[in-house]
Amino acid sequence: VAATTAPRGSSGGRVKSALLTTALVFPAGLWYLVLLIAPLAVVTIFSFGVRAPNGGYDPAFVLDNYLVFFQRPERAAPFFTSLWMAIGGTIGCLLVGLPLAYFIATRAGRRKGLFILLLVIPFWTSFLIRTYSWLIILGRENVGGFIGGVIGDPDFRILGTPAAVLMGLVYGYLPLMVFPIYVTLERMDRTLVEASKDLGAARWATFRQVTLPIALPGLITGSILVFIPMMGEYVIPSILGYGRTFLVGNALTDAFIQSRNWPAGSAMAVLLIAIMFITITFYLWFLNRGRRGRDVSVL
Amino acid sequence: VTAPATPVPATASRARPSRRAVDRWGSVVEVWLRSHTVLVYSFLYLPIVVVVVFSFNANRLATIWTEFSTEWFSVALGNSVVQNALRNSFVVALPTAIFATTFGTMAALGLQRVPPRLRIFFDALTYVSIIVPEIVIALSTLVLFATSFDAIDSVFGFKPNFGHTTIIAAHMLFNISLVLLLVRARLSGMDRTLVEASYDLFATPWRTFRQITFPQLLPAIVAGFLLAFTFSFDDYVITSFVSGPGSSTLPLYVFGQIKRGVSPETNAVATMMLLLTLLMLLVGQILLARNSRRSGGSDSMAKMISER
Repeated sequence: VAATTAPRGSSGGRVKSALLTTALVFPAGLWYLVLLIAPLAVVTIFSFGVRAPNGGYDPAFVLDNYLVFFQRPERAAPFFTSLWMAIGGTIGCLLVGLPLAYFIATRAGRRKGLFILLLVIPFWTSFLIRTYSWLIILGRENVGGFIGGVIGDPDFRILGTPAAVLMGLVYGYLPLMVFPIYVTLERMDRTLVEASKDLGAARWATFRQVTLPIALPGLITGSILVFIPMMGEYVIPSILGYGRTFLVGNALTDAFIQSRNWPAGSAMAVLLIAIMFITITFYLWFLNRGRRGRDVSVL
Repeated sequence: VTAPATPVPATASRARPSRRAVDRWGSVVEVWLRSHTVLVYSFLYLPIVVVVVFSFNANRLATIWTEFSTEWFSVALGNSVVQNALRNSFVVALPTAIFATTFGTMAALGLQRVPPRLRIFFDALTYVSIIVPEIVIALSTLVLFATSFDAIDSVFGFKPNFGHTTIIAAHMLFNISLVLLLVRARLSGMDRTLVEASYDLFATPWRTFRQITFPQLLPAIVAGFLLAFTFSFDDYVITSFVSGPGSSTLPLYVFGQIKRGVSPETNAVATMMLLLTLLMLLVGQILLARNSRRSGGSDSMAKMISER
């Protein structure tokens, strides 16, 4: 609302207005500078340094911390593990989330608001608690032991395996997939579906040729919204994977805290951020490609 | 299922099943959609229900059910470590929410008045602060703090400590961005004619803000405050890296406990945390409902969060 600026523009008023604008934006700007730009800049600088003898950082300008990703496969491994887990988790969220969003948008009627609220509530409560609860559910005394009994393998475990981590990822990020798909389907012109049916298209053909293309921007947005945090996930593999499914988040913590090799950790952080920006650039390119971008953005 | 009003022309039907078959598939799809929805909601709520139920379990082994008991709540509340963690959680979450809401709202208002190029730069930072994974923010903030504290020590001869202040400062970053986005979404959807009318009636900018703009922004500000409080209260990753001795919060306590195996006491603490966050959601819902009844709109917490 530009009108909050005083309409009559004497030069004194203009100076006052500029001062007010600065004062309004300053605190947030300061926070971005000190707690976002500065830490990321420090990490970028450190990524070219060497490890100090007692751990930490010694100034230098070497590329070793990056070259090591190509020279030693075990250093690149967490990135591939994260990538596969994030892709698997995104596909899982799509398979579970699309029918749910479709149901809420087209079948829930006046109770849409209630269904959305029921999706928001778990999202609102502690991620840590909702994750550790699976330790009880999947544990040997409950589901894990039950499945073990059914297949006759007393050593069967779910916890500590990649499957547990994958399930935790889908569980934790599902609402982020559902919201954007729901929004696109909700705004969709329902008469298109009627028209398709009137023209004799079968249910599946209508879904594939009318509904799905309309929902596509929502699907892509949802996939980005879940894929990116999954790539950097740390709590879920630590709890449900017992740290055995070694993702980038675990590797980062290991480098910074346990081995105190700050330059190595910094290079990993920079690489992770680079992967995210490439993903997002790709996403923006996709949304703006040819078709007018429907207004479903990342946030 | 709406059947075609007129018989389908033969040219339009490429080997599709008869209409009766379509209808039968239709009901199968309906049943599948419905049961899928029920299953997904059970999947989402099962862990919450399990934690609450097992916090009332008498058995010391948290994962095996024996009988109903409330003793773990008194055990948890009597534990001085839990008491400290609870106090620390409030000491961190309340200032975080207050400052983040103030700064975020101020920035949302101020950003309408800055040159477009600066605004785009600011927006980019807002999105970056949300997109960059928490673990990266946490570790790089830790490295920055540790390095600058060492520098301060060598120059001034005293060393700042990690503690409540560092946690609050780090939590505020994410929450400022969150409030900024919520308030700005509200601002862009605001009725401008009221602001113009206010100026036409010779109201001062401050009075216009107080009587026109602020009341319209209030739902977003309330939602932002409650969200910021909850996120700060529940945060584990950032807190665990920038906390110091004695400033450990409830999520840190819970994480430390579950590493040694889930105990019913942990479940009791978790249940109380869940209760508190749900209470916040309820308060927000009531405040927003009352506000929207007055202004004739329909606001809800779910709407503020999911339809930004």
